[in-house]
Order: sequence, then structure tokens, then C-alpha cells
Amino acid sequence: MNACAPTIDYDWRDVGDVNDIPRRGARRVTSARGDIAIFRTGDDKVFALMDRCPHKAGPLSQGIVHGHAVACPLHNWTIDLATGEPTGADAGKGCAPTVPVRIEDGRVLLAHGPDGHGG
Amino acid sequence: MAREKLVVVGNGMAGCRAVQEVLKREPDRYDITIFGAEPRVNYDRIMLSPVLAGEKSFDDIVINDAGWYRRHGITFHSGVAVTEIDRDARVVRGAGGVEAPYDRVILAMGSDPIRLPLPGVDLAGVVTFRDLDDVEAMIAAAKPGARAVVIGGGLLGIEAAYGLARRGMAATVVHLMDVLMERQLDASASFLLARALVDRGVETVLGANSQEILGENGRVSGLLLKDGRTLPCDILVMAVGIRPNAALARAAGLEVNRGVVVDDAMRTSDPLILAVGECAEHRGQCYGLVAPIWEMCQAVGDTLTDRDGAYRGSALSTRLKVSGVDVFSAGKFGGGEGCEDIVFRDAARGVYKRVVIEDGKVAGAVLFGEAADGAWYFDLMRKGEDVTDIRETLIFGQTITEGLRGLDPNAAVAAMPDEAEICGCNGVSKGTISAAILEKGLASLDAVRGATKASASCGSCTLLVEKLLSLNLGAGFQAETGPKPVCKCTHHGHAHVRSQILAESLKSIPAVMQALAWTTPDGCSSCRPALNYYLLCAWPGDYRDDAQSRFVNERVHANIQKDGTYSVVPRMWGGLTSAAELRAIADVVDKFAIPTVKCTGGQRIDLLGVKKEDLPAVWRDLNAAGMVSGHAYGKALRTVKTCVGTDWCRFGTQDSTGLGVKIEKALWGSWTPAKVKLGVSGCPRNCAEATCKDIGVICVDSGYEIHIGGAAGLHIKGTEVLGKVATEAETLEIIAAITQLYREEGWYLERIWKWMERVGLERIRAAIMDDPEGRAALYRRFLHAQSFSQIDPWAERAADSGPNDFTPMAVLPAPVPAE
Repeated sequence: MNACAPTIDYDWRDVGDVNDIPRRGARRVTSARGDIAIFRTGDDKVFALMDRCPHKAGPLSQGIVHGHAVACPLHNWTIDLATGEPTGADAGKGCAPTVPVRIEDGRVLLAHGPDGHGG
Repeated sequence: MAREKLVVVGNGMAGCRAVQEVLKREPDRYDITIFGAEPRVNYDRIMLSPVLAGEKSFDDIVINDAGWYRRHGITFHSGVAVTEIDRDARVVRGAGGVEAPYDRVILAMGSDPIRLPLPGVDLAGVVTFRDLDDVEAMIAAAKPGARAVVIGGGLLGIEAAYGLARRGMAATVVHLMDVLMERQLDASASFLLARALVDRGVETVLGANSQEILGENGRVSGLLLKDGRTLPCDILVMAVGIRPNAALARAAGLEVNRGVVVDDAMRTSDPLILAVGECAEHRGQCYGLVAPIWEMCQAVGDTLTDRDGAYRGSALSTRLKVSGVDVFSAGKFGGGEGCEDIVFRDAARGVYKRVVIEDGKVAGAVLFGEAADGAWYFDLMRKGEDVTDIRETLIFGQTITEGLRGLDPNAAVAAMPDEAEICGCNGVSKGTISAAILEKGLASLDAVRGATKASASCGSCTLLVEKLLSLNLGAGFQAETGPKPVCKCTHHGHAHVRSQILAESLKSIPAVMQALAWTTPDGCSSCRPALNYYLLCAWPGDYRDDAQSRFVNERVHANIQKDGTYSVVPRMWGGLTSAAELRAIADVVDKFAIPTVKCTGGQRIDLLGVKKEDLPAVWRDLNAAGMVSGHAYGKALRTVKTCVGTDWCRFGTQDSTGLGVKIEKALWGSWTPAKVKLGVSGCPRNCAEATCKDIGVICVDSGYEIHIGGAAGLHIKGTEVLGKVATEAETLEIIAAITQLYREEGWYLERIWKWMERVGLERIRAAIMDDPEGRAALYRRFLHAQSFSQIDPWAERAADSGPNDFTPMAVLPAPVPAE
């Protein structure tokens, strides 16, 4: 679970302005370990997951964001943005790893390096 | 013993309240000196909004008058700004050589309004909204008929705009976000707020980026937005936020982050100096609301009188001071992981309530239109009380809930008083419903709706009405199943949603969700695309398409493939192409190393395996050769497949290719409930396979046979003949009219054959073939809609270089491995 803000001192990388992510939408960040999807929900929360659906590796960043979940564009699995886990009928079938992310002064900061998943 | 010297920097709400807290505990301990940069006694800054609105005067909002300073022997340096805190000499120095030695200091400098660094920010008539001077400047400019623009749709900006509107001005709030007061409200509440503001003379422009403040003769004349719009104005108010005023503390060498850093005892990094209010930063948090400031002041009072007291941060709640607009917000109003929403909407009264539950406790709430229970929810939230046993009735508020605590849901409904209002829309009480059930022998939800109107409008009380039926009838009542709901977010079916959009002039997704009592805050991946389509169809040219409510293919105008790449299909009108087009396609394939090129069943060329970031460049190249999007990805007109007809074929009876091209030119760009494919065959041999298309034309010697409702996918079905006409012009009008009828009646994702099965071929024939006036009207509506939709999305996307879907937001380099 990633309910709490991470306490480890990550190497935080500024990846852009939060307003470059549309509400109820997402953007991608590419990294050496694969694409990362950064989501912004209708109530302005920001989440980051590795951009691979646990089902068939669909790019979650391209899905429809609703509540705190995203519907994968390939087969409509619904993934909880906070945990990266599928919900509903597909619960318990793997997960899209979460990436620590936070907002500071309107900038999106993504954990990077050996402790985060971003590197 | 000589008294200790306490110097207070700041004569605002926090500074004076902190002094009061000290005096309350030990009235004779300190000699107190207060510096105030504003030449006024201590007043209630929060109440400046009602002063601006003319609902209160300055005298009404004074907290401590001159007598208060006198009674407590306070030295008050009014209008003197502090210039230095000399920690070595323990002296506070002010402008004009004023000096005050200290033993202890309270810093309460408050905050400064942020002025956006826009061109024109120094023009006369550009003000912030912070102190009485600002208010007086605004009142001076507020001549009836004058225009005001307020940048910032937060609490303060809205109150400023409301105040100016009350003074007779036409006020417009310009907000960067899509949601007003986004730190306090969700999209639904924001929508209702914007509507309520319109009634009070305040317009809102959301998602608007300010570019430049325009001026004439040194005075503000308007605001230019990045999208090119200009909003003329006589006064411009900036209410975009506040910045803790910490410069003095920084200069004195105290630890400063965003604000002056304090511990739980409100001490700064120098234990002799405390900070309180908006200038302070406690546990990483700066506060701009009054309730936490009062709590901080208590801790200051304790610390300065050597008592054990500590401030541990505040839970926040907000109310908006706009007369007649009841808004409350607290805590995690937006929900989150592990949270559950209870949503109540009363469309008729414009009420929206959302209570967020986490681990069986209230974690937050947002209330609009009826906020009396805000304090109660806030109290439950702060106490962390378990509310599992009152969950069923929680949303109805304290009065109903407290009376029913400890009962199971059925018993709770049974125990509700007869006068309790069940249906808010139509004002029907429990007693009225129960009486109707018993006296008139009602046995179904529809019967109750018919007899009492309860649950007949927004339907949010349906569950309660059903419980009343089962309580009164026992086993005799069976909850019925109505039309299949659009999705789990609502109990309404597609037909009802579509008719309500028109009947109630609902023009946005939040408007539909509010009016029809959606049970989720922003829908799901099933209902949002459906609503987006229904609104687009109902209000052509008026409704703003919501990209985030479209499936990815329609957002990026290409078809997502299993590996996350896309396929691109240029339009080939009627299946015709040319050497130039084929050459351009070949060049694109080479240039972008597109791995697969394939012919589709609809006589097009499909380029498969295009990387998302290449899409705009691929389109640009295809556009340059005269090709446009083929919409092979959309719930839209896909293709018109043709045979060669009289041009070449020895059996052809009409120009089927030419007709196909004309149909495609007329229909392209239109959005439909599901995809639409057509075929035009030049003779009954039917080489274009028109009789398994959504709409087909078979040319015969004497004219054109129009077919409808074929399918050749998961279901296989031959078309039915709708009718026969003599001319191309009639054929075109009929096909456009069928398309429009389907656009208006079809349910989202329902193909034409399914729609036909549902409404019946005869009904469609009557509307299209037997009713020339009706048909002409459908045709006109179709043309009107097309006037807004025949824009090549590729050209539009390729030309846009702003932040977009196609390029990654950032590229992270591989981390350097640790040594």
C-alpha cells in the first residue's frame, strides 16, 4: 500500500507543470525502466504508476480517468490509481507498480533513482 | 519586579488575538508594544467581503477599538512598519526611528497577496484584495454599469466578484482551473456554484490563462486571455493567492521556508521569538483561514505564560460568504484511496452533498445549497467518531440521523417521523407516501410516482420509497427492474438521460450528473463517453467537447493496438485514390518505418504500428498530400464502400462511385452513437456488399433502393429495404436524415441494426419516407450539426504545438549507479 507519503529521501525530479496534465487525464514520462504514467484526477490529486496494465501491458496513461481509477484502453480493466491494483472482478490479479510522486508549487516531482521506480 | 517586554509585529487578527490570549492568562505579566503597518485599529479582515458588498460597514468589523489598547496599557505604533529585528541588541526597529526593546517577540506579519507578473500589472485600477485600502479602491471604481474582472476563482476571488456585483458592476471571474475553489470544492459543487453566481451577476470563465492586462491612458481597460479573448473591464482584481510575509524574519536570520518555521509551541528558531498566523509555517503547513489561527494563538498564550500547550495542526473547514449561497467544505472532500462516497443530489433545489467515509469515519465533506449540517459533519470528522451504524441516514443530516441511531436500515426508515421529507424535488413527506400506498392500494414504484410524484423527478429517493413500499406491503412488494441503467453510476436508462438533457437544457457533464443524481462524483469510463456524445448531439456548436471523456482512439485520432502503437487510416473518398496519394503514403511508410501496410474491408489503406509521438508528423505529411483523417477509430462515419458503377462496369445502372463519394463528403466528421459504415452498389449484383452495411444503396435502372440495418460483425444480418427513390438528391437527403434520426435516438454503442430492432423498421420508415416535412427537418438539423463537425482533426492536431498527448512530459535519464 502506498497510502502514506513516502518517508525515504528520494531523489525527486521535476518533470513538468501540473497544469500540463489535463484534469481527468494523464501524461507519460519516459525513463530507462519504462514509461511512467502520471495521472491527475477530477479533484486534482496526482498519482504515478508504471505505464503497464497488469493484464496485457496496455498503456494506462491512455485510459479514461474516473474517480481515483483509470480504465485501461485495451480491455477496460479498472486500475486503482493509489495502489496500482485492478479493482472489481479483476481484483487480485497483479498490479502496476506505483511511483512516488508529489506536487510542490505547481510542479510535478517524481521519485527517481535506486529507491524510486523511476530510474 | 519590572514587567517583561513583549513586542508584537503586526496589528492584524493573529497579532491582537495572540495578545488577548496572553492577557487572558496573565494580564499583568508583560509591557506590550504593537506595531501595525496599516494605520487602523484591529479589525476583522475576514469580514472585508461583506464590507465590499455593502452588507457591513468598517465600524461593524472592528474587533478592538482604541479603548482596548488604552485599557491594557498597550503602546500602539499605528502606521509604523517594522524595518529590523536586532536579535543581538534585542530591539525591534520601525520606520521613522521608532525602537522597542524586547524580552519576547510575536511575529504576526500575515501575508501578502500575490501579484501575477503580467504585462500591465502596474496600471491604475489593478488591485489586490487584502486590506481596507483595496476595498476602498474597489468601491470607488464600482459605478453601476462598470465592469470588473477578477483573476482567481478561489474563495477570495469569488467573494470579491460577488461584492462588486452587489455594487452594481458586471463582474467576471477568470480562473485557471476548470473547477472554482478547487481546494475546497469538487466539480459538481463548482458547477452549482458557477450557476448560483450567474444569478447574482457574476460570470465565470474557467480554464482561462491570463496573458496581458490592457490599458488606456495608464488605466486598466481589459484583460487579454491566451486564447485570444479580451474581457473589457474598468477594474481588475487579482485574487490568486497569498504569500506568507516572512522577509523580516529572514533578514533577522530566523529559519524561514515558505513561512517562518515554528514548533508546536509556536517558537521560531530563536526561542525568544514566536510567530503566529499566516506568516507562520507549522509542520510544513501555512494556513490562510481563521480557525487554525485562533488555535495557534492559544498555543502562543500558553508558551508566553510558561504553560504547557501545543498546537498540533488544524483540520480545515471552509464556508463561502456569498449571501444565499450555502457552501461548506472540510477535510478530504475529494475522497481517495480506501474512501467511500455518499452522494446526495436534489436537482430541483440545487442541493449537492458529498460525505466521504474512510475506515468507518467521516473523512471529509462538501455541501452545496444546504450546508446547515456542515458543522455536524466537521465535528464527527474531528472527533473521529465511528459512523458505521448511522451510514444509511448520515447524508440526511443530524436531525434525522440522531433520532434513528442504533436501528437497522429498514427500522430506521420505519422510525422516521411522518412529516420527514422523502422526496426533496416534489416536497413529498413519508406520511403522504405511506397513506397513498395504504389507501389507494399502490403496489409499485411507478404507482407511487403517479399518485404522489415522490421519486418522479431526480430519483435519488427511489431506495427510500421502495423501503416504504416493502414496509407497508411486506412480502407483497417486489422491487421492479426498470430500464437498464447507463452504468453503475446511475439508475437512469439511456432514453431518460437523453430526454432530460433536452427537457432541462442540460449542457455539461456535471449538469447532467447533478440533475439526474449521479451517485459518483465524476462518472466512469462507461457513462462519460456516452454523456459526452449525447451533449454533443443535443447542442451542436454550443457544447464544448470533453476530450477526457472520450476513449483514447477518439482523443488521438488513431486506433490503439495491442502493443500501445497506433494505426492510421487516411480517408479515401468512396474508396478512390490516386498515384499522388499512394506516393505520399509510401513516403510516410518509409520515413517513419511503419511496419505494416494493409487494405481494410472498407476500401482504405491502414498503416499499422505507428508510434504515438510520430502521429502528428505522420498526419502533417498526409495532410500535405491532401488527405484527411479517415475516422477509422471513432463512433462516427467510417467508410462508404463503392463499386465502379456506370463509369466502367458493363452491368452498372448508376454512378455508384460518384454517389458514394458524395455521401461520404456529406457525412464525414459526424459523431454517431456507434460506428456507421455504408456501401453503394451500382447494380443488384451488389459488389460493394451494401446489404450488410448500416446503411446501403443498391442502384437499379429506375433509381436507388435504400437499405438499412445490416451487420457483418459479431452478428450477421442482411439489411431491410427502407424504400426506393428516383434521384441522387433524394437519396442523399434520406441518408442524412436517417443518420440524424439515429444520432438523436440511438443509445451510445448501439449500432443501427440494434436501434432498428428496438424502435422498429416501421417507425423509422414513417419518420423518413412517409413524413417529408419531418425528414426535411431532420436533414436541416444534420446539416447544422455538420457545420460544426467537418473539421479535419488531423490538421487541427498537427498545427497545435502546445502541451499535448503525443510527446512525453519529460524524459528521465538513467540514474548514475552508486559507487
